[in-house]
Amino acid sequence: MINPDLKNVIKGWDRNSIASKIANDLPHASYVNLGIGMPELVSQHIKEDREIIYHSENGLLGMGPTPNENEIDLDLINAGKKPVTILPGGSFCHHADSFSMIRGGHIDYCVLGAMEVSINGDLANWSTGKGIPAVGGAMDLVAGAKNVFVMTQHITKEGKPKLVQTCTLPLTGAGVVSRVYSDYAVIDITKEGFKVIDINQNISMEFLQNITDGKVYQ
Amino acid sequence: MLINKVKTDFSEMLCDVFNGATIMLGGFGEAGSPIELIHALIDHGAKDLTIIANNAGNGRVGLGALIGQRQVKKVICSFAKSAKAITFPELYNNGEIELEVVPQGTLAERIRAAGSGIPAFYTATAVGTPLAKGKEEKVFNNKKYILEEALSADFAFIKADVADRYGNLTFNKTARNFNPIMCMAAKQSLIQTKKIIEPDETNPEHVITPGIFVQKIIQVENPIIESNAIEEGIIYP
Repeated sequence: MINPDLKNVIKGWDRNSIASKIANDLPHASYVNLGIGMPELVSQHIKEDREIIYHSENGLLGMGPTPNENEIDLDLINAGKKPVTILPGGSFCHHADSFSMIRGGHIDYCVLGAMEVSINGDLANWSTGKGIPAVGGAMDLVAGAKNVFVMTQHITKEGKPKLVQTCTLPLTGAGVVSRVYSDYAVIDITKEGFKVIDINQNISMEFLQNITDGKVYQ
Repeated sequence: MLINKVKTDFSEMLCDVFNGATIMLGGFGEAGSPIELIHALIDHGAKDLTIIANNAGNGRVGLGALIGQRQVKKVICSFAKSAKAITFPELYNNGEIELEVVPQGTLAERIRAAGSGIPAFYTATAVGTPLAKGKEEKVFNNKKYILEEALSADFAFIKADVADRYGNLTFNKTARNFNPIMCMAAKQSLIQTKKIIEPDETNPEHVITPGIFVQKIIQVENPIIESNAIEEGIIYP
């Protein structure tokens, strides 16, 4: 257990900074699926030097931003069931085709939140093991997308590491995560452990090791 | 005599529905949800139903109302949680309704498979997770897959945008979702459509669901919008 007050002492990157780091790592002309919640921020940080095509698993390729109040169409929604728009060049398809884009390995990147990520790339993000179980498209995305990026806080509100030796929560997928973007570091999942490829300027490797349950190295 | 699948009243639409039937409901959230057909199912009164849908209803309209009437014994869906759900959580927490959770893509593919004569298939989705429990695992090209079985139904309740009397359908934007594949997987596909056009007005290049997958059609020009109905506190029946 890490002291959660540490988070107040040493500030990590805010959500927009993390989103911006992810946005910079998405290459021009990628097909991308952004998970509901925090990952949606990524689309606001794409630089003008590239064009990204967003997929929404409810049958929309070429998703655009949130419409103005007077342009809302309840038949045009995203996977989070919120009104969206479609950009020129976009298309609609039925659910089986939409998930063939995912399961057939056509989506280049998906960005998802996490409850836990293990050192071998297991992801738990769909169930706390309590309440009504609901998975949506998360298991398809992690099994099918070419690259699975996780966007998350490094530790929980209770001060527990989210990057762990072994997940304790029900898995979404086994060995599926490529890279984790947290408020303290960007970490690749490798055979040797959590490989740090970017570290917050306010912290040391020692601090990062202290808030990670598993070997971190540079 | 000309083929004409268009009916004028709901009792004719649902005349073959029986207790214990398995019924697919199109829609993703409220987009493409056949609310009027579901309300006709409440009027019909069939019980012990198994419902296959992406979600488990909101408020007390549409599927939320059907569950509230205790006509459903089991829901097969990918995402039963919703901030506006009332009836499903109530029955689920009391152990009065069964739930089979299926990953959304596996749900879609199981439905598509049923409609295409494929009894089962292997998929990488859910490998190594609790949802793979009890399923056959097999390795192809050094990667693990699990066996998933096709999912068919006695009836599919579908919301289309435009239909002709042959049952050629088009949908509106993301209200398409599960509707076309459910038409393929059910013995009887019952369609509510906003508009009916003449066959010579149908552009064959634009047809999404060809008429062979459709049995009956009824026109509902101004369908209830679920979120508006919930906001207005509408309860069915």
